[in-house]
Amino acid sequence: MSGTLRDQVGQLARRSVLRTLRQPAQIVPALVFPLFLLAVNAGGLKDATNLPGFPTDSYLTFALAVPFVQGALFSVMNSGTDLARDIETGFLNRLALTPLRGAALLSGLLAGSVVLGLVQAIAYLVVGLAAGAELAAGPAGAIVIVALSVSVTVAFGTIGLFAALRFGSGEAVQGLFPVFFVFLFLSAMALPLDLLTIDWFHAIASVNPVTYLLQAFRSLLIDGWNLGELALGFAIALAILAIGMFAATSALKTRLVRT
Amino acid sequence: MSEVRPAGARAVARAVAWRSIHNFLTNPAFLAPAVMFPLFFFISFAGGLAAIGEVPGFDFPSGYTAFQFVFVLLQSAAFGGVFTGFAMARDFESGFGRRYMLAASHRGGIVTGYATAALFRAVVTWAILTAVALIAGMEIGGSGVDVFGLYALAVLVNVAATMWAAGVALRVRSIQGGPLMQFPTFLVLFLAPVYVPLDLLSGWIHAVASVNPVTALLEAGRGLISGEPVLVGLAFAIGVALSALFALWARGGLRSAEAAG
Repeated sequence: MSGTLRDQVGQLARRSVLRTLRQPAQIVPALVFPLFLLAVNAGGLKDATNLPGFPTDSYLTFALAVPFVQGALFSVMNSGTDLARDIETGFLNRLALTPLRGAALLSGLLAGSVVLGLVQAIAYLVVGLAAGAELAAGPAGAIVIVALSVSVTVAFGTIGLFAALRFGSGEAVQGLFPVFFVFLFLSAMALPLDLLTIDWFHAIASVNPVTYLLQAFRSLLIDGWNLGELALGFAIALAILAIGMFAATSALKTRLVRT
Repeated sequence: MSEVRPAGARAVARAVAWRSIHNFLTNPAFLAPAVMFPLFFFISFAGGLAAIGEVPGFDFPSGYTAFQFVFVLLQSAAFGGVFTGFAMARDFESGFGRRYMLAASHRGGIVTGYATAALFRAVVTWAILTAVALIAGMEIGGSGVDVFGLYALAVLVNVAATMWAAGVALRVRSIQGGPLMQFPTFLVLFLAPVYVPLDLLSGWIHAVASVNPVTALLEAGRGLISGEPVLVGLAFAIGVALSALFALWARGGLRSAEAAG
């Protein structure tokens, strides 16, 4: 990376990180909401561990994978809303008058997602383990969980950037939130894939990438080191990141032409 | 020149309800979440958790789909009210609410109008949800009277939630009050026996669910749909009491909005 590009990314990254940290309204719901659902689900679905074939006797351990993905969904809104505000206030137009490169803009804006992903992952892990969840992969597994969580958060963040650039409105970005929740709902979120007994639901969950993101987290929590599931999880996160960045870059070009 | 007579509370309510219903039906941004959210909850719970019906001790006669249908029905009833509270807050934030206050001779009619719209949007959601549940093979063990009782319970939940949200909206008068309307509603709904009956819960969630009034509403609703009514009197008493309590809360909100000018 050339010095100029690094400086540009650095400046925007600093702004994005400070902006995220200065908005408790972005961080608090992303922390509290998934942990609340974790507490409710872990209590309410404890008996699911009595089902034949359930992979662990602790539903809390099984369910702990969900907050990492659910929290990542918040980055769609957070990164997208921030950029949409820049568009609505004319800040992006002013940036367009500078020699700033598009790649620097997008990479810098994702720095806020990295911080959010890091804070979320550590909080979920600490609370989950304190509440009695197991981590079969040990301390090294904790590092990989955090790395995977940040990767997934940044990957979803690119979709937020794309939505903001495409629609140019914070309200439209907020409107995407339920759409992404559908992916979470129609996955192996509450039970393992093998225990989804309704055929059509099993079929949808089997092709839903969120299922495999959840399985990657669960492999570290329940099995220990399952390299196949981990590799698939990271590959899906990278694929979403690549597609999101490509789409956001194209949308940025279109928006700047429009400007 | 003919004398202009001030409109009565019913006319005010009709006008406010008409505008809210029109906005709801013509703006996909309002209509889609109201219908889609309960459907996805239903699909996710009834489809993704069907195996829970095989857990030892789970013996709900009408099956897991009907078990979850009751929760989603009551949830959509509550959120129909909360979303209407959002609309009310938005109207006051944009200044439209103040114009309502100036124009209406009977200001209670404003709240009644929003409540009518909330019930309308809930009924639209229930119609679609019920159709989807029946297509998905939901079994109804209860008689027509039982099913009527279930929907009557849902109406009470809708009224209570609308009054709660209206009280917040009229005090805050900004869409920023949205989380204040939504989060307590979400909390009280999910701290009830959502996935399994109360008897199968244990630990802190059992303790909380045992004293949560929504538990009685859920258990009565599930009893009605399966044709084995339980706690029906208590559930209706709770529904009426909550509606009355939150109506007083909403009236206080109206006074607050009047005082704010």
